[in-house]
Amino acid sequence: MRSAGFRRNRRIDRTAAAAIVTVLALTLAACGTSSSSSDDDGDSGGGSSDPSAPLDPKAKVTLSIDCMPPAAKAAELKEWNEDVKEFNKTYPNVKINGKSTPGQCLEPPRFTAMLKAKSQPDVYYTYFTDLQQVLDNDGAEDISAYVNDKSVPALKDIDPNVLDVLKQDGKLYGLPTSNYTMGLLINRKLFEEAGLDPNSPPTTWEEVRTASDKIAELGGGVSGFGEYSAGNNGGWHFTASIYGLGGDVVDSTGKKAAFNTPLGKQVLENLRAMRWDDDSMGKTQLLKWGDLQKQIATDKLGMFLAAPDDITYMVQQLGAKYENFGMGPIPGAKATLFGGNNYMIKKGSSPDKIKAGIAWQNFKFLTPGKGQFEWERSKADKLPVGLPQPNFWLGESKAKDDAQRSEHATMPVENFKPFMDNPVKGKAEPPKAQEIYKILDVAMSGVLTNEDADIDKLLSTAEQQVNQVLATQ
Amino acid sequence: MSAPTLSKSEATPSRTGRPGSNRTDSAREEFMRSVRRNLSAHGFLIGAVLCFSFFSWYPMVREFILAFQKNENGKTTWAGWSNLTYIFNDPAFWQAWRNTLLFTALALLLGFVVPFVIAVVLNEFRHGQGYLRLLVYLPVMLPPVASVLLFKYFYDPGYGLFNRILEVFGLPAQQWLQDTDTAMLSVVIAATWMNMGGATLIYLAALQGIPGELYEAAELDGAGILRKIWHVTIPQTKLILSLMLLMQIIATMQVFTEPFLLTNGAGPEGSTTTVVYLIYQYAFNFNNYGSAAALGLVLLVLLAGFSAVYVRLSRSSED
Repeated sequence: MRSAGFRRNRRIDRTAAAAIVTVLALTLAACGTSSSSSDDDGDSGGGSSDPSAPLDPKAKVTLSIDCMPPAAKAAELKEWNEDVKEFNKTYPNVKINGKSTPGQCLEPPRFTAMLKAKSQPDVYYTYFTDLQQVLDNDGAEDISAYVNDKSVPALKDIDPNVLDVLKQDGKLYGLPTSNYTMGLLINRKLFEEAGLDPNSPPTTWEEVRTASDKIAELGGGVSGFGEYSAGNNGGWHFTASIYGLGGDVVDSTGKKAAFNTPLGKQVLENLRAMRWDDDSMGKTQLLKWGDLQKQIATDKLGMFLAAPDDITYMVQQLGAKYENFGMGPIPGAKATLFGGNNYMIKKGSSPDKIKAGIAWQNFKFLTPGKGQFEWERSKADKLPVGLPQPNFWLGESKAKDDAQRSEHATMPVENFKPFMDNPVKGKAEPPKAQEIYKILDVAMSGVLTNEDADIDKLLSTAEQQVNQVLATQ
Repeated sequence: MSAPTLSKSEATPSRTGRPGSNRTDSAREEFMRSVRRNLSAHGFLIGAVLCFSFFSWYPMVREFILAFQKNENGKTTWAGWSNLTYIFNDPAFWQAWRNTLLFTALALLLGFVVPFVIAVVLNEFRHGQGYLRLLVYLPVMLPPVASVLLFKYFYDPGYGLFNRILEVFGLPAQQWLQDTDTAMLSVVIAATWMNMGGATLIYLAALQGIPGELYEAAELDGAGILRKIWHVTIPQTKLILSLMLLMQIIATMQVFTEPFLLTNGAGPEGSTTTVVYLIYQYAFNFNNYGSAAALGLVLLVLLAGFSAVYVRLSRSSED
């Protein structure tokens, strides 16, 4: 009996072991499946491989695209779905698979991991500053041969400075969806309460300091001016400030730090004075992106350096009102940090997929009067119309877009007049931007958290460190 | 996982072997029998081995490889020692190590001693010990992010609870997380509060395993509370204490969540930048996986070396 029982158990054991091994093997095989390649999703080829030829209507293409609005952004999602429908009238052979992410479309840690795993969608969202990172990871197709006045009819009207950011060695890797330049964002309500003119935001740092002091005098936990000093955002804003004063962070060779100058000192000294001498910046420091937006949206902050899309974020996510904000040019106005967003196409995509991707981008983001520029629809959907962003059109397209934008504006556009009427020359971020920003964060947090901070020492230490970073490029 | 227990008859060699077979055949047969006998054990073991292989050992091997590679313009090439040179030349590297060691020292001072003292005190209670244990363990049950954000509010120099308390006693307000002198200590206090519940329960379990006769004998010899702790409690819990010390050092050297959330990582003038936060910066903000892996490797070697020395010293002291 015992022996028979053992034999039966052994059979069961063997079966169990075999089952376990099989299940594990299948599970691991599933885990090990690489991210979808461009051609394993039901696409049928057959289109012309000539980049300049239009997309063959017989070629079936499925495109995965990120940054589709999430369900929480109902109006934007509705417009996305309408645009897909409209796009499919011209391109019934292209299936759009939108992918949405809650919060920001791109968070650097997630983006870096996505590129590393090569799990990006066919058409994916990036910041202007991501090009080198994308190329280092062999992540994007060169689309130069595919982009022409037939595939993107308004190509000639796109600001060449914007397109240049998306090029390396003469090759184009992306198409823009939006761009911005930084300016001084103000809370109009607090300006009025402090007896300041909200239609004339401060244009110099001296004026900023005076206004900040007046606003802080309102009391009740209100700060006049706010600034970042953590999460590499402090270094980012130091760069914006020194650009505004006509300075630079890195010299023209890109090999040496260029901020340990009287202008760099002026940036830090001004912040130190506002924080400690005037006590007009609030006690809570070590702030990063998102913190100042919450303060100004709740009428606890008078001003900070920002881009126009910060206003959209505050209205849509934090419940603020458009009419409460205004913008002026960056103090100093010698130059301003510019940036923006774009889409790239995953490396390894078939010619049909690249053509379909460009066709979608052209329809959704690069045609005046259509897609994101269909301002009449945006107004009907209660979305913001009238912000000075995107701002990459020139010539005929600009005239047409500006006219439609002001016709359907949903906010008092005159609040942004000081910003729009005083355009400041845009300047790109320095090389190795994030590493430099990390170092400059220390200087920014130094003056904002230490009353006795030695500015000369902070700058010279940062200079030495940045030189070290640049030397190891 | 242990192999199934075998009956005597199953463990003895089979009687069905061919007469006259040589020793090699018999050894092979014995081996095959052994494999068959342990088939289910091996089957179950495969799961654990594969899991460890894919999720622990393979990433470690990859990390080692990555530490000597770099990515440029879509090409992965061997970088030699350049990733290590890069991290050693990064001024934040030494600052991160100084900060991490400071965190470890402060965390041991608070996080090792405080739970032990609480456990000793709790052990003396005759009534309500269960409730007190629950109270001590409660912070561990809170999600770490919630606990950290709670402390972030407490520490706020403008409207935070701690400064309000100081104000009541007429004491000057502190900058807490925003002062280079107090930032790390503030992080340690928050981390200790969040994590000491688990350590306290472990110490308490160890204390409850000490025979009461030892204390009675010590009392008869005229020992007071401190002498009882020194001569009975500590020697009797030495094993647990040394194990917890090792685990706490390894855990505190890898601190990330608390400074990342309390001070947004770097803190005032980089005073809370830790080694693991620097690894995170290299990998996810600078897209420099090679340097991140190199720094990870340095941390691994240091912790492994420390553990080996510690175990060796513990053994020699036992001998």
